[in-house]
Parts: sequence; structure tokens; C-alpha cells
Amino acid sequence: MLLDFLDQLFSRHSGSSREQAKQRLKLILAHDRADLTPAALESMRLEILGVVSRYVELDSEGLQFHLAAEGGTTALIANLPIRRVKPLAETGLNSCEGENPQQDPGAAPSEGGHLSSPSL
Amino acid sequence: MSRVIVVTSGKGGVGKTTLTANLGTALARLGRSVVVVDADFGLRNLDLLLGLENRVVYTALEVIAGECRLEQALVKDKRTPNLALLPAAQTRNKTAVNPDQMRQLMEKLASSHDYVLIDCPAGIEQGFRNAVAGATEALLVTTPEVSAVRDADRVVGLLEAAGISSIQLIVNRLRPDMVTAGQMMAVEDVVEVLAIPLVGIIPEDREVIVSTNKGEPLVLSANPTLAAQAIQRIARRLEGETVEFPKLASLGESFWEKAKRFLNQKVF
Repeated sequence: MLLDFLDQLFSRHSGSSREQAKQRLKLILAHDRADLTPAALESMRLEILGVVSRYVELDSEGLQFHLAAEGGTTALIANLPIRRVKPLAETGLNSCEGENPQQDPGAAPSEGGHLSSPSL
Repeated sequence: MSRVIVVTSGKGGVGKTTLTANLGTALARLGRSVVVVDADFGLRNLDLLLGLENRVVYTALEVIAGECRLEQALVKDKRTPNLALLPAAQTRNKTAVNPDQMRQLMEKLASSHDYVLIDCPAGIEQGFRNAVAGATEALLVTTPEVSAVRDADRVVGLLEAAGISSIQLIVNRLRPDMVTAGQMMAVEDVVEVLAIPLVGIIPEDREVIVSTNKGEPLVLSANPTLAAQAIQRIARRLEGETVEFPKLASLGESFWEKAKRFLNQKVF
């Protein structure tokens, strides 16, 4: 009982090659399953970044953009840290149907976005 | 209702042929009529693992060409009643037959046997397409290694594309001590990544080499090793029985078990 617990404790640490194997597999299987060429993935990445950048200023340091396999599904995981929300005038959208997003440029949330597609 | 099951993996060397030979033997010993089919044209080995290499007269190729009857090509295993082998041709390569011919052949075998187990060659080319052509179910064999799991995942996609929806996973050559030490992926890791239902866990077993040397399947042994017992459990699961998976620790032999088996083999 205690031994089992200790085994669990010591074998589960993320530096073990067991854990590395699993993480590497999840990444490579997601790419294999999606059958997207690196060029297509890169072009998708640039387009998404282009769209998001129209609204917010991104922190280019922490950008993450990859496919991941979870069970039978493949997900596109994009983590786009936001440095600053652009004021409405900068976004190039002048009509906003009565909505007025009063954003405080200093307190931009830094959150990742998840785009999942279970059908892949 | 007979079942036509292809044993496949993508990667070579993970134990497809050894599993086919032993699982076929185990199912036959449960009283089922079984035929094991070597679909590895040009690189046949199932005859060797079963110790039947000297009794091969005709092969699947002559049956397909109409040069002999199916019954003439089937090699009956004298140690295991109910078990027969349909050998592959060794002189020709994988393009000697096509999927339609294999499908017809498997249909014929299914009409006279409870189980048709097809030993698929490694790879995903013509040999694979021939082997899966007549199958309605698949046993996917992998080892807990990144390359084998990656190839297995590729094969899942190809099996589904071939209309085989019943796919069950066998994790072979597991080393419990290495899993415990965090040096090998555990069965649950492999199952999580592949998302295929599990039907068997087989520990690494040195006796496999010895049994291959002799041409005697492991499951025939009077003192079956842990791997042989694991294969016997797979046979019972295929038969619809609910057989629990043993705990990781009990898949590795303890010192006393090793000692006991040694004494049984060498002394008594």
C-alpha cells in the first residue's frame, strides 16, 4: 500500500522518460491524424494571428500554437497572451451597433484561447 | 458465427506472429476450430513458430491459383487438434495476390472454422491491404514505445478506412519494473493516447525466444509463463468471458516465482 503510493509519487514526475514519451506521442499523433502540412499549419497560424492582432496586441514572446491529441480527438491549442486590448478606433471597426466596449488598456486579461475541433 | 480477425501493428517486431501462433493455439485449446493464416507473402514465419515448417506442401498461392484444394494446403497441428495453418508462399512477393482473392479465401475458411486469425505483415502497403481485405475485426498489437504506438495509430486510421470498426488493443512486451521506475509508458498511457479498447496486456518474456527456437507455442507449456497466461486470458476475452486485468506488479515475476519455474524446468 505504502510502496504503491511511493511508486506512484516517484514515477509520475514529469521529468521521467515515461511522461516524455507520452507527451511527445500526443503531439506527433495530433499532427499525423490532422494530416496538415507544416506549410498549411503555418499559414493558418499567420491568418489567425492576423485576425486576433486586429483587436488586441499580442505578446509575441509567449505565443503557443500547436495540435494536441486527447483520446480520439485532435485539438488545435492556441495560447495567445494579450499585452493590450486595442482601442476601438485602432481596430478599424467604426460601427458597433450601440455596444461600446470600454476597455482599460492597462488591465488586459492574459488568457489563452482553445479552438477545438473534435471532428478532425 | 465465425470470426475473421486480422492481427496487425504497422511496425515490425512487436510480436504479431508470436501472438497469432499462441492465440490460435489457446483458442483451439478452448475447443474452437481455428485456422491461422500467414499473410506475409515472401517473408513467412508463422509455420516456423508453430513448428510446422516441414509439413508445408501447398500454400495460399496454389489455392488461389486453383492448383490445389483449400483442404490440401491446410497444415493440421498434431499437438493441437482444431488448429490448422494456411501457409503463405515464400518464393513470391506481396504482389502475388490481390485483396479480392484474399477476401474470397477468407470467406471459404470462415465457413469451416470458428476463428480465422490472419497474421498481417509489417507495413501499410499491398501486404497490409491483402491481409485486412477479408477481416471483419482487428487485434492491434503495440509495444509501449513511441515508434510502435505512432505506427499503431496510423494503422487504426487505415483499418477504419477499410471498414473494420471492431479494433481491440494488445500491449505487448510490457516491462513492469521499467513502468514502475518511470522509464516506460504504462498500459493506461498507451490506451489514453490511442483511444482503442484494451483486450490484452502481455509482459516481456525471455521464454518467447526459447519457444521460437523449438517451434513450440508458449501456451502449450505445462507451466505457462506470465506471458503465456496473458495470452490465454486474451483467448477467453475473445470468447466473451469477462477476465480481469491483473495488477502491474503481478505481471512481473517475483523471485520465488522465478525460482519455482526454474526448479520445475530443470529439476523435476
